[in-house]
Amino acid sequence: MPAVSMTVNGKPVRGDVESRTLLVQFLRETLRLTGTHVGCDTSQCGACVVHVDGVAVKSCSMLAVQADGAEVLTIEGVATGDTLHPMQEAFRQNHGLQCGYCTPGMIMTALDIVRRKGHELDDHTIREELEGNLCRCTGYHNIVKSIAAGARAMASGDPARQAAE
Amino acid sequence: MNATGGSVTGIGAPVRRKEDFRFVTGNGRYTADIGRPGQVHLHFLRSTHAHARIVRIQAGHASRMPGVLAVITGADLAGDKLGPLVCGWMIHSTDGTPMKMAPHPALPADTVRYVGEPVVAVIAETPEQARDAAEAVVIDYEELPAVVDPAAAQREGAPQIHEVAPRNTIFHWQLGDAAAVDSAFARAASVTSLDIVNNRLVPNAIEPRGALAEFDPGSDSYTLWNTSQNPHVARLVLSAFVGVAPEHRLRVVAPDVGGGFGSKIFIYAEEVVALAAARRVRRPVRWICDRSEAFVADAHGRDHVTNAQLAFDRDGKILGLRVKTIANLGAYMSTFSSSVPTYLYATLLSGQYAIPAIHCSVDAVYTNTVPVDAYRGAGRPEATYVIERLMEVSARRLGVDPAELRRKNFVQKFPHQTPVIMSYDCGDYAASLDKALALADWAGFAARKRESETRGKLRGIGLSAYIEACGIAPSQAVGSLGAGVGLWESAEVRVNPTGSVEVLTGSHSHGQGHETTFAQLVSGRLGIPLDAVSIVHGDTDKVQFGMGTYGSRSGAVGMSAIVKALDKVEAKAKKVAAHLLEAAETDIVFENGTFTVAGTDKAATFGEVALNAYLAHKFAGADLEPGLKEGAFYDPVNFTFPAGTHVCEVEIDPDTGRVAVARFTAVDDFGVVINPMIVEGQVHGGIAQGIGQALMEQAVYDEGGQLVTGSYNDYVMPRAMDFPPLVVDTTVTPCPSNPLGMKGCGEAGAIAAPAAVMNAVTDALGTEDVPMPANQLAVWRVLQRQPRQAAE
Ligand code: FES
Ligand code: FES
Repeated sequence: MPAVSMTVNGKPVRGDVESRTLLVQFLRETLRLTGTHVGCDTSQCGACVVHVDGVAVKSCSMLAVQADGAEVLTIEGVATGDTLHPMQEAFRQNHGLQCGYCTPGMIMTALDIVRRKGHELDDHTIREELEGNLCRCTGYHNIVKSIAAGARAMASGDPARQAAE
Repeated sequence: MNATGGSVTGIGAPVRRKEDFRFVTGNGRYTADIGRPGQVHLHFLRSTHAHARIVRIQAGHASRMPGVLAVITGADLAGDKLGPLVCGWMIHSTDGTPMKMAPHPALPADTVRYVGEPVVAVIAETPEQARDAAEAVVIDYEELPAVVDPAAAQREGAPQIHEVAPRNTIFHWQLGDAAAVDSAFARAASVTSLDIVNNRLVPNAIEPRGALAEFDPGSDSYTLWNTSQNPHVARLVLSAFVGVAPEHRLRVVAPDVGGGFGSKIFIYAEEVVALAAARRVRRPVRWICDRSEAFVADAHGRDHVTNAQLAFDRDGKILGLRVKTIANLGAYMSTFSSSVPTYLYATLLSGQYAIPAIHCSVDAVYTNTVPVDAYRGAGRPEATYVIERLMEVSARRLGVDPAELRRKNFVQKFPHQTPVIMSYDCGDYAASLDKALALADWAGFAARKRESETRGKLRGIGLSAYIEACGIAPSQAVGSLGAGVGLWESAEVRVNPTGSVEVLTGSHSHGQGHETTFAQLVSGRLGIPLDAVSIVHGDTDKVQFGMGTYGSRSGAVGMSAIVKALDKVEAKAKKVAAHLLEAAETDIVFENGTFTVAGTDKAATFGEVALNAYLAHKFAGADLEPGLKEGAFYDPVNFTFPAGTHVCEVEIDPDTGRVAVARFTAVDDFGVVINPMIVEGQVHGGIAQGIGQALMEQAVYDEGGQLVTGSYNDYVMPRAMDFPPLVVDTTVTPCPSNPLGMKGCGEAGAIAAPAAVMNAVTDALGTEDVPMPANQLAVWRVLQRQPRQAAE
């Protein structure tokens, strides 16, 4: 069995995996980081999105061995202690989640949208950028609101006030 | 406003959800997140045929493969003496005969009846080993002819799916007065007739179903972690009907559940097999459904074929309604499937209208497809689609404004007894219609249509004035209609010595935010901070019993039970306060979290009284029991009747057939609203599913019974860019039949939206002959039939 090592949420980790083990399985089953979810087997739902070397990746469509040596960020690594990241806070403030199952993937995707598109995001851009993320609960309305608010809050560095707007 | 949990936060505040911290940080705990020491993995080999006899199963090689612990077939389960899965709502046919419920074994011993039916279970050390071994199992099938179309299934000579059901007919049922309807139609000045297909849907909660079953030989008992909306009902059925274990030796836990929409109400084969397997291999057995598997493993929704006729007098008043429906229930009767096209459907056909005579007949049929059961709205979207399409088409035929035709026929006086069982208790349908028309800028539509035309686009507008029956349900009433269970709810309020409170509820939250809304009720009532209240649900070892969450019942029924328990807590606390404050019990007043003695300045906080209830130093045990904990069961006295008007505006590209929802407005009367933020979210989600049904989603079978829409892409799951921002508002007529005046909001969007969208699409296209879903291909075909306008 190949051994992989990578940095996950700032901590070095190692593990033995089968060559067919997916990154999402390694995160969930080996590292027990169960915040990253699996909603499909066809790479269509985005519940599994994490960042690999700073870029959003569907962790169900990448082998664990492909992430060997990489920096991985999962939803568990986004907050600072008990202080939510502005994007997490924005989801909470704007009721951007119901059952919460799509939420980790949504938040990880949202952070990537901000990285690529900046802090002033209009409705159309956000909806287009969410092409790879499915939610069955919210009708997306409040997710779009959350991401716009979170993006602005990230610019201002004042999470609670900005996100609540 | 942005209330926080540290303060008293009662009914009506848009308080942010208590559950969100764990979900946004990845600390939710769903079934697939629970790891048990030594757990092993179950994989199902499923039927690839729609209808076939199982000739032989060769599993010898598979059972010797690495890591394999057991291979279980239908014959093995039969040996375990496990009973079949059952449908819990008895429907009688018009001739008095009971519905033809065929045996539904968890794994079939001799015949498969739909593609995806589980046939063999393989248990192995890892999921991959289980999957590899399942692939090595060889099943010899002898193919049988299959039927997937419900009308075809009833024809002479159609393949018979179950011995008990000739012509595949489960029941032929009717409701209403056929003679009165005939005479109404004889007197009619005009009649609108419509043929309608309500498309088959796949619920598709983003969390796939799953089960983790553990057997403890020491106590001869089981624990099942399960993606369930109603763990107590699951335990009852698994115990009383399937016979897995006695109820007191089976614990069912539904932890965080990632959406349900009905599909996680039912008791499925997979749970049964996981429990049986756990006993065999003496290890925790885990099954997590793949998405591709879920498309054929989760009960589907809708799938009606209907002819409906509406008779009017000369003034545009409705005289009568006649409806004939064939409902496809799939290959087996799922847990509540029989109630969906009957008492959840025909009873709502009166809509918001005073209709003197209604008759509905329903044939339920077996086909070689996945079982069909309740999906968000369950019967009520189908009813709304029938009556609201009829109203719109009638308005167009009669040349009157669709809003005015509805207004003219609205029920005005309450209570209103319909000819189809329901007694509407309250409502103001004109108020929600008016507000919706104003918010949607109905008056400005003509200008927007002209503007669309300048860009070569077709624009249409449609209304849907829906009603639903929620607050399911008065037990005696549903019992008389065939329900196999009572539909009350339970609550227990435990006050701790330090004044914090746990509420145990039989309702289950899988996205609805009960941990917040239920706590708001308690916080406001007892005057304690929101953070001092915990809501406990979803575990049969903690909560004594409960009926779970579906049918928009958790507010109207679940919270009413909490109110009853809180009444008892307050009464007992007043007795304690009387002893503590040395006053007569009748002089104790409880307000804003403080007990006072009327006319004095003597006072004690809720926390002080709670502590004294447990200290029991100020009263003799003979006079008053120590402690402060009360339980209650609440059985509703009536259904509740949320209603409202949704308005949809679409723009169609005539070159491509693509329909874009340009605007969507919803005004709903849910009675008293506990948390407007959460209610809006429920409406958004429902509307998205309703628009999805109208424009995108469809489970399609080919003639041989293969599901051809078996992935998110083929099925066309709605995505963010399929929707405009949604405009959502409410009107309020408090429900008179429950203590909080609540009606329920969980299904409204899914019920109202399809008709609003299809009314808009048909308006834009100028023809009623458009199938649902009006997807790009369907609309393009309609456009090809039409002579092109000489616009260009
Ligand atoms: S689980 Fe990765 S996209 Fe669905
Ligand atoms: S919140 Fe449930 S799937 Fe998005």
